[in-house]
Amino acid sequence: MGTNISLEEKFQAYVDAENKVEPKDWMPEKYRKTLVRQISQHAHSEVIGMQPEANWITRAPSLRAKLILLAKVQDEAGHGLYLYSAAETLGTSRDQMIADLQSGKAKYSSIFNYPTPSWADMGTIGWLVDGAAIQNQVMLTRTSYGPYARAMVKICKEESFHQRQGYEIVMKLAQGTPEQKKMAQESLNRWWWPSLMMFGPSDDNSPNSEQSMRWKIKRKSNDTLRQEFIDKTVPQAHYLGLTIPDPDLKWNEERGSYDFGEINWDEFYNVIQGNGPCNKERIAHHVKAHEEGAWVREAALAYAEKEAKRKENRTSAA
Amino acid sequence: MNKNHWKLYEVFVRSKNGLAHKHVGSLHAADADMAIKNARDVYTRRSEGISIWVVPSDQITASSPDEKEPLFAPSDDKVYRHPTFYDIPDDVEHM
Repeated sequence: MGTNISLEEKFQAYVDAENKVEPKDWMPEKYRKTLVRQISQHAHSEVIGMQPEANWITRAPSLRAKLILLAKVQDEAGHGLYLYSAAETLGTSRDQMIADLQSGKAKYSSIFNYPTPSWADMGTIGWLVDGAAIQNQVMLTRTSYGPYARAMVKICKEESFHQRQGYEIVMKLAQGTPEQKKMAQESLNRWWWPSLMMFGPSDDNSPNSEQSMRWKIKRKSNDTLRQEFIDKTVPQAHYLGLTIPDPDLKWNEERGSYDFGEINWDEFYNVIQGNGPCNKERIAHHVKAHEEGAWVREAALAYAEKEAKRKENRTSAA
Repeated sequence: MNKNHWKLYEVFVRSKNGLAHKHVGSLHAADADMAIKNARDVYTRRSEGISIWVVPSDQITASSPDEKEPLFAPSDDKVYRHPTFYDIPDDVEHM
């Protein structure tokens, strides 16, 4: 017990001195568990996040738009992989993480449980959802766990394209015909609040946050990140002539920030608990794709074994 | 072993000739050829590389963090291995 305490104290001092923790270093079991939960949840979000966007690939309004959307969805797959790869360094297996996602034990960002009924949603997702993700991920490039921080650096480099292509879509619509502008506004109305919920519960309802900040897994609180996002995003909406669907949104001169209305936390917890508009559909699709792809994985393995044998025979013959 | 179990490979990318291959992450693949192809799709989508190495993760032997002291501390007190250890008068040029 005595040694245990001193190891944890040593770990805290190490992290406090802004050192990075690497896979083989000693770490408190709870630090490891927190990271596995957070990184795998992050990976699942990237992967599930492909679904609402893939919905529009075949119906993109131009070849240019289609190429861009394809590239973006491919990036999300890549981001998922960087993150699974980081989580695996903590000793958890990919199979286990996928199983936890499919059984509902592991969560992913609730934002992807909302549907994408209009093309404008492709713009709004890039602008707001990726915008909110960037806010969080830029902070995470300085997270204390080395492999997670390195994955975040790669992801942030690529994420900026996602946000800009999204804003461009919304801008084209907002500056188009009255019908197109209406599409953009209607999409913003649907995505604004769920985007704010992406930062998680408010600080007084976020029990794990404090420990995560002490371990420098996170460096800013949920509410701080949310406020920063709002302050950046509201002027971007004004530029487009769109209205943020929050009657209480008001610039606060004294704080140098926007005041905003109460978030509907009942909706937030309801969607997390599996009752959002698309929860079941998202997981069902993931399971289906995974199962229907099983023969490909098996065939690839059989081929690899055959090839290995062939090579062996050739060497022994020679 | 799970029939679907693909091996884990560590991926190293050389960004341009003259620079060393650098570790970028890992991925699963049925064999090394597939690992190269997957690494190309995952780690070089924006011209990040001109050459890829893949190594089965279980083939890497790493030093233990516990051995950090005995392995690396001895060089800390050998300052005479650094050129700045030696006092050479300013008048002496090209040294």
